[in-house]
Amino acid sequence: MESKNSAKKVVSLVLLLLGVGLIVGALVLDFTGSKFSMRGAMLIVGIVAVLAGLYFIPSSGRHKDIINVIFLFPLLFTFCVTVIIPLVLGIFYSMTDWTGIKYTQFVGFANYAAMFKEVPFLWSLLLTILFVVFNMILVNVVAFVLALLCTSRIRGIGFFRAAYFLPNLIGGIVLGYVWQFVFNNVLIKVIGNGISLLSNTPTAFMAIIVVYIWQYAGYIMLIYINGLVTIPGEVIEAANIDGAKPLATLFRIKIPMIASTITICTFLTLTSAFKQFDVNMALTNGTGSVQNFMGSYLTNGTQMLALNIYNTAISKNSYALGQAKAVLFFIILAVVSLIQVRISNKKEVEL
Amino acid sequence: MKTKLRTGPFILIMAVAVLVAIYTLMPFILVVINVFKSYNGEFGIANDPIGLAGASFTQFGQNLKNVINNSNFSFWSAFGTSAIITVVSLVLLALFGGMAAWVICRNKTRWSQMIYMVFIASMIIPFQVVMLPLISTFRDVGKFVGLSMLQSIPGIVFAYLGFGGAMTVFILTGMVKTVPYALEEAASIDGCSYEGIYFRIVFPLLKPSIVTVTILNGMWIWNDYLLPSLMLGQNGKVKTLPVAVQAFVGSYVKQWDLILTAALLAMVPMIIIFLIGQKQIMSGMVEGAVK
Repeated sequence: MESKNSAKKVVSLVLLLLGVGLIVGALVLDFTGSKFSMRGAMLIVGIVAVLAGLYFIPSSGRHKDIINVIFLFPLLFTFCVTVIIPLVLGIFYSMTDWTGIKYTQFVGFANYAAMFKEVPFLWSLLLTILFVVFNMILVNVVAFVLALLCTSRIRGIGFFRAAYFLPNLIGGIVLGYVWQFVFNNVLIKVIGNGISLLSNTPTAFMAIIVVYIWQYAGYIMLIYINGLVTIPGEVIEAANIDGAKPLATLFRIKIPMIASTITICTFLTLTSAFKQFDVNMALTNGTGSVQNFMGSYLTNGTQMLALNIYNTAISKNSYALGQAKAVLFFIILAVVSLIQVRISNKKEVEL
Repeated sequence: MKTKLRTGPFILIMAVAVLVAIYTLMPFILVVINVFKSYNGEFGIANDPIGLAGASFTQFGQNLKNVINNSNFSFWSAFGTSAIITVVSLVLLALFGGMAAWVICRNKTRWSQMIYMVFIASMIIPFQVVMLPLISTFRDVGKFVGLSMLQSIPGIVFAYLGFGGAMTVFILTGMVKTVPYALEEAASIDGCSYEGIYFRIVFPLLKPSIVTVTILNGMWIWNDYLLPSLMLGQNGKVKTLPVAVQAFVGSYVKQWDLILTAALLAMVPMIIIFLIGQKQIMSGMVEGAVK
């Protein structure tokens, strides 16, 4: 036992020294502007060596704490670098003249003021709200009806369930192009008037809604099925014995008993529709003319908020403005999520 | 149990179910029909996108060859990139997520609770608000330490660990809570080391929830377009499948025979996986949402 401990001590010391040496060396090279190509590898090996050295420290008292730190480190580190730091920087950048690479001055809320004067952005905001409202209702109604279908006593339920869910498996970009083909090439042949639904702004907007429902309803349906099967069979049987009509059973028993599922699904569709990007980009890429909106002629008739943010920053190269829009986007989502938590908590208290 | 349906309503409900199924599968059927055809010609896609008259296996082979060998699409390379990114991210998320969840759950200190709350709160952060600074941070840090974090597979895996971590920890923490603490105490008394308890006792018991998070993260990472397109660039050397499809469509506008074949190739892997693990995938998706 003694020799094992002292061997551990040696390994631990060597690894710690090696690790610290490598990290310090790499940082020195970084700060002196060296072009040595292995300095990145040095840093990584150094960090791993330090963690391994910590692991081999023989003291039994601190061992638990050391393991806790090592176990938390990987996710916490990546999380800070990819989420926390960019979030803080992003909120700061939205108040500067950031160009995506550097900023020269602090401009306060000028970007926020500019964004509310930009008519195409206001259009996108309005369109997104419309899209969210339509989808919250339609997706839930369609999904609920599909869930009723899939819990009724028809044959081949397994097949129908899988078939309705299938669109949800495929990424929005691929689906968007497939539907573009359906609208632009197939439907105009079938209907035969030669005009694509996508070429006219209102119908193109409806087309996006149709595709979104097609993609998302199958998923929401699964959650409703999950809720419906938890209703005890005796309750429905009792209703049947008392002579309740199917519609009465539906509205008086099934729907009230899955109220919490309805809350979950409503907020899921709300946040997901609000963040819609892939299908929007692949299907219309936001194009479409609007003759007169607040006195302006617009060319971004079907562009929703997420795509507007993307285009502002990436295509038009206005990073600071795009970032300010993104912060507003975040605030709206945060408020919605807080409301959801409030409602869910209230429900739990009532139960 | 419900009473048996009478024949009338039964047929009606069945008919509705079949019609809806035809509708949901219609785009997939159209893709499958048209990849067997050429674009032009009397029965080509342009003139007749529904009929089967122009379909032939030789044409399908021709389309496949054109798409797979195309330098804008480079299917095998994109497929490989997507597969590596997805698999490595999923393995690391399950491993690190379980480790973090266990530490958070078994140490009720102020610190661990705070970390947990930050993880939960971060789930409402949309990608849009961090994407622009994320790219600049990755570019600056990468330049500074001499690692390419933007146009590289490890960089993307790193980003997915950061973004997927919160949800993974959240779901796995729920599962760790169900592992009886007595089991861990018993192992400890039998001489199992602290980290050994996690790897030998807890991790194997987390399996059901690890399946759930792997499905949720897998669907998201495999289909994700925005993050890889921003990090890799539209025309970079490394491309994931969705980025490759986008780049391909951009360079072959209206060449629907090629575009649909590319779409088919992008869809097939996911559909095969779905056919194998249908039950787990559907229940995993529900569990993730309900929690």
